[in-house]
Amino acid sequence: MTTTIPTPLATTTGGPDAAFTLTGVTKTYRQKKRTVEALRGVDLVIPRGQLVAVQGPTGGGKSTLLQMLGALDRPTSGSVKLGAQELATASDGALARARATEIGFVFQGFNLIPTLSAAENVETAFADSSLPRDARRTRVAAALESVGLAERAEHLPSELSGGQQQRVAIARALVKEPRVLLADEPTGALDEVTRDEIMTLLEGVWRERGLTLVIVTHDSAVARRAERRLYIKAGQVSER
Amino acid sequence: MFFTYLRRELGNRKKQSIIIAMGMALAIALVIIVNGVSAGVKSAQSTALSSVYGVGTDITVTKTATAGGAGAGGQQFAFGSGDSASGSSSSKTKLSQSTLQLAMGTSSLKESSLATVEAVEGVKAATATLSLTNSSFSGSIGAAPSSGGTSGSGTTGKAPTTGSGTDSSSSTSTGTGPSSFSVDSFTVTGISTTDTSVGPMSATTLDSGRYLKASDDGTKNVVLDSTYATTEKKTVGDTLTIGGKKFIVVGIVSSSSSSSATASDTYIPLDTAQSLADLDGKVTDISVSADSASDVTSIQTAIEKALPSATVSTEADLASSISGSLSTVSNLVSNLGKWLSLIVLAAAFAIAVLFTVSGVSRRTREFGTLKAIGWSNGRIVRQVAGESVVNGLIGGAIGAAVGVAGIIIVNVIAPTLSTAAAASTSGPGAGGPGGASTASTTTDIALQIPLTAGIILIAAGLAVLGGLLAGAFGGWRASRLRPAEALRSVA
Ligand SMILES: Nc1ncnc2c1ncn2[C@@H]1O[C@H](COP(=O)(O)OP(=O)(O)OP(=O)(O)O)[C@@H](O)[C@H]1O
Ligand SMILES: [Mg+2]
Repeated sequence: MTTTIPTPLATTTGGPDAAFTLTGVTKTYRQKKRTVEALRGVDLVIPRGQLVAVQGPTGGGKSTLLQMLGALDRPTSGSVKLGAQELATASDGALARARATEIGFVFQGFNLIPTLSAAENVETAFADSSLPRDARRTRVAAALESVGLAERAEHLPSELSGGQQQRVAIARALVKEPRVLLADEPTGALDEVTRDEIMTLLEGVWRERGLTLVIVTHDSAVARRAERRLYIKAGQVSER
Repeated sequence: MFFTYLRRELGNRKKQSIIIAMGMALAIALVIIVNGVSAGVKSAQSTALSSVYGVGTDITVTKTATAGGAGAGGQQFAFGSGDSASGSSSSKTKLSQSTLQLAMGTSSLKESSLATVEAVEGVKAATATLSLTNSSFSGSIGAAPSSGGTSGSGTTGKAPTTGSGTDSSSSTSTGTGPSSFSVDSFTVTGISTTDTSVGPMSATTLDSGRYLKASDDGTKNVVLDSTYATTEKKTVGDTLTIGGKKFIVVGIVSSSSSSSATASDTYIPLDTAQSLADLDGKVTDISVSADSASDVTSIQTAIEKALPSATVSTEADLASSISGSLSTVSNLVSNLGKWLSLIVLAAAFAIAVLFTVSGVSRRTREFGTLKAIGWSNGRIVRQVAGESVVNGLIGGAIGAAVGVAGIIIVNVIAPTLSTAAAASTSGPGAGGPGGASTASTTTDIALQIPLTAGIILIAAGLAVLGGLLAGAFGGWRASRLRPAEALRSVA
């Protein structure tokens, strides 16, 4: 029963069944004298297992929204729930734990550690007190296999193409088996052919694993493959 | 993961790692060497002190000579009928004379002062000594044209009348044949034959023969310093002339601390020394040991009160009286060396901190990403601190190796430091035989730096400290990075 929580978006149901429930979320950045309202009263429910594309003009607040979803930052006001867990008031440690266990991130710039090999980069995803070494290695190998890079495990990022680096990053995001995968313009730095490969890979992963996937993208071709499309402009979210 | 990542990062930023390590190495090597030299100098100082004043002597009581005072002047040779002069059988006249006087620059105290000192509360032991200089003159004068001269014509007595025409100088100036003179002097110390726990004998070991004992009182038995015995080629059983009298060598001693000579060339019973030098009831030094180190100052004050005319010096006073190149090195080490190593250490730490912090700043996106994928602040701080501690330890290891190598080099070269106890040499009388008595109180000590495990601990400690300091700043910087930095678009 979810009647105790008033949800402003009547069309969708919040509560523990939803992957995310955002209520009245605002995010204000203060820069010297200027203040920027990156998000203005966002109400949003994302059900489990949904593939959501987020579009909008530059500076509209797409990355800021993803930060709220990904427990990277707290909203200035409002509530952000990951499942049943309130992130808006959680401690730094609790946010870090949520990121370590529940959320996978894929970035536009791949963000691999340049000094570590592909396999070692994937291994960084395990939190301190996790699996024994052997089990970890097995899962790392499986994750690299699933993105088609089993042969490149020992390569450094500088020895891989952009598309291959993004595959390593996806393996890193998936190896801990998160419930949510967040991608901020994952194909923004790639050419068209590679972009399609990565999108196909992400779609495949989403379908196979049944996780919730939120992709921020400028690209309408990418957005068309999503179940649901959100448009965010001047900090306000609308459906498309 | 921790070590793999750490190793890769240090290896990948070689230039920065090398600069941090080298700074640390330089500072730590400097600290080790300065510390080592200072320890070496300290032990050299205590060697010098103990050879002069004995081991365990906390306080010495002396009396500084007043200019022109009795016994403070230069040496005079007075030739009287008792002197040997044999000139009749050859064309040359041979002369020799031996006198025993107070060492230059010293004055005597009453022997009864010893009892006064012993009565002071807190005094554990005290012993009195009489420091004398034996000067012997020997030479030959070519045949004089006239028989007036020096052949025992009755100029008796000990009149200190230099230049009055009665001694050899007038003979040489009157155009005689080839003449040669030699002046030889050595130090003679009258010591207590019974109380040796404090004073000059306490810092010696017996090489051969025996020490003086109670039954030697009044006899003409002498114990030699081994250095002196070697140069004079004397062994136990040989005889030696002191103050014109034949003494029998009963023992040879050497300094128990390292290579320096003992305080005096020869040691004879105190009462024998007093009667030979015509100084009955007089002593020159009283060596005092205290019950506890904390009493030293109060004992010093009490003795000064009881013996107002005496000079009462503590070991600390004595250390400052040490002069010569040892004190120069000591000053250099304690002033320049300490400051230099402190400054270099501070600079090395600053370099490590600055490079680490700027390294963290350059890796903003990297650390942001690690946070975004779930690394806790603690794990990131540990990673940063681990990198800089290992970096510091590498520097520390290099620094320790360089420092230890430096110490070994110093020990192999073993630079000689001369020490002179100022109290014995700065007498007002400068008219003695050229510097002979000064030389006898100068000690040469080879600088040896002790190589201890403590040195390695210092190096390791400083390396870890520097690394932790840099790691703390770098880690603090990294912990303040927002995980959202990971989303910053590529520059
Ligand atoms: N850390 C910050 N400090 C100050 N202002 C910020 C910060 N992050 C974002 N902003 C501002 O908030 C607004 C929304 O930024 P956001 O990054 O969410 O936009 P975006 O939709 O992701 O744009 P883009 O398509 O260019 O990535 C912008 O005006 C931006 O300048
Ligand atoms: Mg953005």
